[in-house]
Amino acid sequence: MMQNLPTLADLMPLLPEIILISAAFALLMLDLFLTEKQRVVTHVLAVVSLVVVAVMIITGVGGQGTVLSGMFIRDGMADVLKIGVCLVSALALVYAWPFLRERGLYKGEVPVLVMFAVAGMLLLISAGSLVMVYLGLELLALCSYALVAIDRDSPLASEAAMKYFVLGSLASGMLLYGMSLVYGATGSIDLVTISANATSVAQPTMLLAGVAFMVAGIAFKFGAAPFHMWLPDVYHGAPTPITLFIGSAPKLAAFAMAIRVLDLGAGPLGEHWQPMLAGLAALSLILGNLIALAQTNLKRMLAYSTVSHVGFLFLGLAGGGASGNAAAMFYALSYTIMASAAFGTIVVLSRRGFEADRIDDFKGLNARDPWSAGLVLCVMASLAGVPPFLGFWAKLVVLQAALQGDLLWLAIVGIVCAVIGAFYYLRVIKVMYFDEPSGEPMQPRNDRVLRVVFGVNALSLLVFGVFWNPLMAWCQQAFA
Amino acid sequence: MMGISSVIQSHLLSLLIWLPILGGVLTLMAGNSRPQAARWIALAVAAGTLVLTVPLLAGFNAGGEVMQFIERHAWIPSYSIEYNLGADGISIALIALTTLTTVLVLIGAWTAIDKRVSQYYAALLILEGLMIGVFSAMDALLFYVFFEGMLIPMFIIIGVWGGPRRVYASVKFFLYTFLGSVFMLVGLIYLYLKGGSWQLADMAAQPLDMVEQTWLFFAFLAAFAVKVPMFPVHTWLPDAHVEAPTGGSVILAAIMLKIGGYGFIRFVLPIVPDAGHHYAWLVIALSLIAVVYVGMVALVQEDMKKLIAYSSVAHMGFVTLGTFIAFSLVRDANLQDAARLGLQGAMVQMISHGFISGAMFSCVGVLYDRMHTRMIRDYGGVANVMPWFAMFWVLFAMANSGLPGTSGFVGEFMVVIAAFQSHPMIAFVASLTLIISAGYTLWLTKRVIWGEVGNAHVAALEDINMREWIVLGVFAIGVIALGVYPKPLTDLMEPSIAQLASQLAATKL
Repeated sequence: MMQNLPTLADLMPLLPEIILISAAFALLMLDLFLTEKQRVVTHVLAVVSLVVVAVMIITGVGGQGTVLSGMFIRDGMADVLKIGVCLVSALALVYAWPFLRERGLYKGEVPVLVMFAVAGMLLLISAGSLVMVYLGLELLALCSYALVAIDRDSPLASEAAMKYFVLGSLASGMLLYGMSLVYGATGSIDLVTISANATSVAQPTMLLAGVAFMVAGIAFKFGAAPFHMWLPDVYHGAPTPITLFIGSAPKLAAFAMAIRVLDLGAGPLGEHWQPMLAGLAALSLILGNLIALAQTNLKRMLAYSTVSHVGFLFLGLAGGGASGNAAAMFYALSYTIMASAAFGTIVVLSRRGFEADRIDDFKGLNARDPWSAGLVLCVMASLAGVPPFLGFWAKLVVLQAALQGDLLWLAIVGIVCAVIGAFYYLRVIKVMYFDEPSGEPMQPRNDRVLRVVFGVNALSLLVFGVFWNPLMAWCQQAFA
Repeated sequence: MMGISSVIQSHLLSLLIWLPILGGVLTLMAGNSRPQAARWIALAVAAGTLVLTVPLLAGFNAGGEVMQFIERHAWIPSYSIEYNLGADGISIALIALTTLTTVLVLIGAWTAIDKRVSQYYAALLILEGLMIGVFSAMDALLFYVFFEGMLIPMFIIIGVWGGPRRVYASVKFFLYTFLGSVFMLVGLIYLYLKGGSWQLADMAAQPLDMVEQTWLFFAFLAAFAVKVPMFPVHTWLPDAHVEAPTGGSVILAAIMLKIGGYGFIRFVLPIVPDAGHHYAWLVIALSLIAVVYVGMVALVQEDMKKLIAYSSVAHMGFVTLGTFIAFSLVRDANLQDAARLGLQGAMVQMISHGFISGAMFSCVGVLYDRMHTRMIRDYGGVANVMPWFAMFWVLFAMANSGLPGTSGFVGEFMVVIAAFQSHPMIAFVASLTLIISAGYTLWLTKRVIWGEVGNAHVAALEDINMREWIVLGVFAIGVIALGVYPKPLTDLMEPSIAQLASQLAATKL
């Protein structure tokens, strides 16, 4: 028995996670001894530890490998996604500072909850067995519910958190039910074993039903139609920096979950789940874009646009193969950067008592603050998929993956929806540039850190749009 | 000095693209609060770009390779996308048209634009760089990036400085063009998956069966027919033209429409020649409808800009007609020379229409700046108070109706002659334009320029100033020079035309 216990050297690939979780516990303790004025220490240390973990992964500390009898896999894909998750979450925390301070939400719980959520995502990304998938997912989900409700005096936020919790639990239930069916059919929770047994099970119907339930669970976490109902309410109700957080990094984790469960676990059944993803993609593209057209609230519009972006991401997954997965991963990474910039727009322009989340709030922004208007223009053009911004290349690679997978019909649905989508992004540009300011004059925030962060975030869409080769090469290497 | 000039020589196309774009960013930095600084910076940048066209024209070796000034670097190796630039005679002619027109537009807008000046000038400069990029990209995706990138600055130019219905017009412009071009994107991805390269030259060499060619043909048609624009997808143009500020209209008519014609010869002719031949009748029929029907629509317009916009659609019909008549000349009748004449005529028509439409819109801009109305009925007898202006107007009107001796005659005549050798009926219908365009242009001139002074506002008009003189004068020189002696232009384009004609003849099945 003794030789089966892992040694410390065997656990080295887990080092970044171990450090992150230790840091989160340490901060939780430390925060108790800090006064209101010293609270900044918790917040800065949280960002520092996230960046440190990202740097550890970039420099390869701990090395790649499989530990805990295949429960935890650290490979190329895991590393790239983890770096993305840590950096984007750190970015979300920085965006949150002035917003939380103004609203009396500048508490130690926010960064600590974010850190635990990140830990959940890192575990999910590296999951090698169904149990690890579930554990990672629940850690992420529970922290997210609490974060949405962090502003406990806001009825809108409480409602959003309750909806999120109820629907999220339902989805977890479905996922768990699917897992139990898969376990029943294949006799294993280990993804590699499931894959090996998938074609020779006694009850293939049971296995397929399990996979179908798991696809539904994954679609819920992504927010793909028809499992998108929670998205607009949660995005709208949550405090904007929290929306920024749950709208960006968890998409990377959800992508990893799809790859682990479907590609690694149910890979031999690709002919069954790929059409499901294609159907979900088409539905998400059409529903997301059409409903987004009718929104007047920017956060809700972005929520529905998320649904359509998930549709594009599924285009890559449905295309299948290493290149399809790499394309979907590129889309996930690009979308994360775009989403943080898009919600960052609202954070930058909001202030106490003024959320800046109605599209009309942007009227005449160009006349007041051409610099900010120009940055928002970059963000919207990128979301719409206009070259040379990053969003265009993301669409290009998933379209290519869909065509490679002989899904011409889906590619056509995708491009037509891209044109429909362009309309509502253009509307934001239109109100900023063509309309005269109306109502209360919107004073862009004068917080230097925030403006610099937003500027870098938005301009990165242009810079990555011109030099996206390293990003794409990373994604291709992850699936090489 | 030698070092600098050789660097310029070897990176000429890059400089032509990036100088205006970076200059546009610089202009933006000047800020809206310093309009005069923005104007001068922008003019200096545009003038610099125009000067750079000189080594381009001088350095082109007419006897050498078809594609010259090549710059080829890896850009996105993981998707084999390259930064591949090159120019042939057709590109060079269009680049020269672009740089010249941009300078004239900047001068023309000097006092007309007084709101958010730096942004207007920056948008025009960025647009200039992107258009030059379109004319020099030899990688299909690089082309697509420039092609689509143009939409945002033009959207803003129409939407911010446009007329009362600017929002409708700008959104319509954007969505029409975007919808057309995404189909082309899918086509290009298909070609990449098939051949593994985004280079236009490789795509041209790629064998394709008829089914593939047909799909690709319609994908390309969707993109470029909207841009030209061809009947029946031309309806965005009158709206965009009417609502755009003068500079926007001039750029749109003089250059952006040419990108459609340019796309046909760069993509459709070399990549899908067999489908192009098979469906040439369709494009020819649509071109004839544009020439005749849209010409008649122009007759009944009450808005000067709308009239010129419809006349643009009609005149661009000759570009598509000349391009596609070449198919039937080469494939059905084996008349290489006539096919070359048709293609040559289409290209000359593009340049000529660039001058004429740019000039006509500038003329309307001159009137609009003074009267703030575009309605024909608000004018009358302008010649009495603005004699110099009337001189220019009549010259451009004559060119627009295809009078021999002006550039408008040359291209249309070449296309009609070529068409006659294939189908006399097509030539007959096409030559109806001489009557129709004379009809609407001269009638417009009669109502606006001739006759008694229409009202007190017209009586108070002042003749054109020095700045307007320069703009209209340069356009006039272009119109007359091209009409009297088009040989330098045709010589410049001849090697590319010859190559195109041979690409048309070779089947890819």
